[in-house]
Amino acid sequence: MPTDANRQFLDFEKPIKDLIDEIEHLKKSSETKKIDHSTGIRQLEELIIEKRKEITLNLSSWQRVQLSRHPDRPYTMKYIEKMTDSFLELYGDRNVKDDKAMVGGFAQLGGETVMIIGQQKGINTKMRQMRNFGMANPEGYRKALRLMKLAEKFNKPVITLIDTPGAFPGLEAEERGQGEAIARNIYEMMRLKVPVICVVIGEGASGGAMGIGVGDRVFMMENTWYTVISPESCSSILWRSWEKKEVAAEQLRLTAEKMLGFGLIDGIIPEPVGGAHWSYDEAATILKDYLIDVLKELKQEPAEQRVSKRIEKFGKMGFWEEVN
Amino acid sequence: MAKQVEDFDANLAGEEGKESTKTGWFRRIRKGILTSTHEKKETPEGLWTKCPQCNHICTASDLRDNLFVCPNCNYHHRIGSEEYFNTLFDNSEYTELFDNIRSKDFLEFTDLKPYKKRLEETWSKTDLKDSMRVAAGKIKDHGVVIACMDFEFIGGSLGSVMGEKFSRAVDYCIEHRLPFIVISKSGGARMMESAFSLMQLAKTSGKLSQLSDAGLPYISLLTDPTFGGISASFGMLGDLNIAEPGALIGFAGPRVIKETIKKDLPEGFQRSEFLLEHGFLDFIIDRKEMKDKLATVFTMFEN
Ligand SMILES: [Zn+2]
Repeated sequence: MPTDANRQFLDFEKPIKDLIDEIEHLKKSSETKKIDHSTGIRQLEELIIEKRKEITLNLSSWQRVQLSRHPDRPYTMKYIEKMTDSFLELYGDRNVKDDKAMVGGFAQLGGETVMIIGQQKGINTKMRQMRNFGMANPEGYRKALRLMKLAEKFNKPVITLIDTPGAFPGLEAEERGQGEAIARNIYEMMRLKVPVICVVIGEGASGGAMGIGVGDRVFMMENTWYTVISPESCSSILWRSWEKKEVAAEQLRLTAEKMLGFGLIDGIIPEPVGGAHWSYDEAATILKDYLIDVLKELKQEPAEQRVSKRIEKFGKMGFWEEVN
Repeated sequence: MAKQVEDFDANLAGEEGKESTKTGWFRRIRKGILTSTHEKKETPEGLWTKCPQCNHICTASDLRDNLFVCPNCNYHHRIGSEEYFNTLFDNSEYTELFDNIRSKDFLEFTDLKPYKKRLEETWSKTDLKDSMRVAAGKIKDHGVVIACMDFEFIGGSLGSVMGEKFSRAVDYCIEHRLPFIVISKSGGARMMESAFSLMQLAKTSGKLSQLSDAGLPYISLLTDPTFGGISASFGMLGDLNIAEPGALIGFAGPRVIKETIKKDLPEGFQRSEFLLEHGFLDFIIDRKEMKDKLATVFTMFEN
């Protein structure tokens, strides 16, 4: 996690940066001038918590999107590191290659073995390229499916962490059947005999997200988004301009709150005040506790019942009218 | 000759793209809403049509008799559900199912136009209730259910109605022990239904899982164009995936790929022949042979 001194700030987080700068200033002055500023610093720290709360209270949809892409936001590997023990990372789709945009493996979660899979973004310029900005190729989806089937064989629950701006739109991706890979995953996830929990931890864009997004329970963390297209692409197609992303985000109703209201997800997982980037430990602890509880619940049901309820749940989604 | 990169975005946005379907202008001539004076004085039968691929000129009625396939270069014109149903079902006889379901602007989505208004305009322009029609009938005496998309209805986009009709069609197939054929022609998911449209990928795949458990065949017939959410769900999940010749089929649209890789796309990229070569189609089938071939397939499955 970044220290306060090298945090990055979004526009609307600026007031927090000012307070942090002020603390730094007081700290320096305590050292150089030997004055005790501890009370002032404590007050400022409390003010920071207040500000963090205040800022996330009335965010626009677009600001939520920005938070989901916060440069300090924890990614899949961070959650795995913080939530689980003895993570055994597994590589490759046994066919083409290992897709670095999709990670996964067995791990111990609360004393139990689970299969945990997710898109992975890079934490710096070099890593971002290596991880292809969290945009998986077909081999990434096939790797994910291989791991899910492996989990099924050994009767281990599957947990997916979704964080992608979309499946990669490349030439080789098309040659190797990006559509087929995602379709196959959706189909097979619907039939998996083990419990499946999906959590949107950042960006949930379109088929790229859905390709690891079919579960008995689908959750969104507080500052994430999940919909059919990114606000930018939606703007360019429906408004014929890249400038309408804020309006598009609003119109798409892509926040966790809206999604829960529509019945398209099963719950919202809270984040540390101000967003997951303020405390990786806290974010991971909250998520871990949720997952353990939900797993306990899901394991009580027979596999067949879980599968038919999964199909039924998605089967109810949609709105239409009947006319004559 | 490098063909211009086709862009389905306009169709998905509910506007006419560069090439609308042949069904579209036949229907509009019937409704008398084609405005150009040149076209107005002509009946559909007397209209001359030019092939976009080879510029061959023939009358609309000749083209129709040839199942909208260019007699000169075999270019498969885009047609709609009405044409496919008439071509494939014995004696053009079929029963349309679930035709009372239509889209609703539940989200009150507004882009340059409210979704509600776009729907109303499309209803009055096309006589279609949505982008998919389902019908039961016979192909050479084999009972089947066919679900077919209409590209002229907001780019054949996948929304709640398509998902629901698809689901009910699967239930119907299971109840009556019938094979299921889906004819796809779509730019992708319907953005105006936001995440609801995305969830149709899961909804339809779940239903296919039930169809499969019932041991019934599912044939996915891909036609020009089939993209996005369709190829990322039921479009690619057929027991047999087949396509008309020369159809553009893919996940990401050519424009997006071109912008991403900043290179020109190779000739034939994302065409049916390309998909066959890369192992994603069982075979390519000419429209004129489609009915016979489907009947052969069903006979093989049955005996
Ligand atoms: Zn021609």
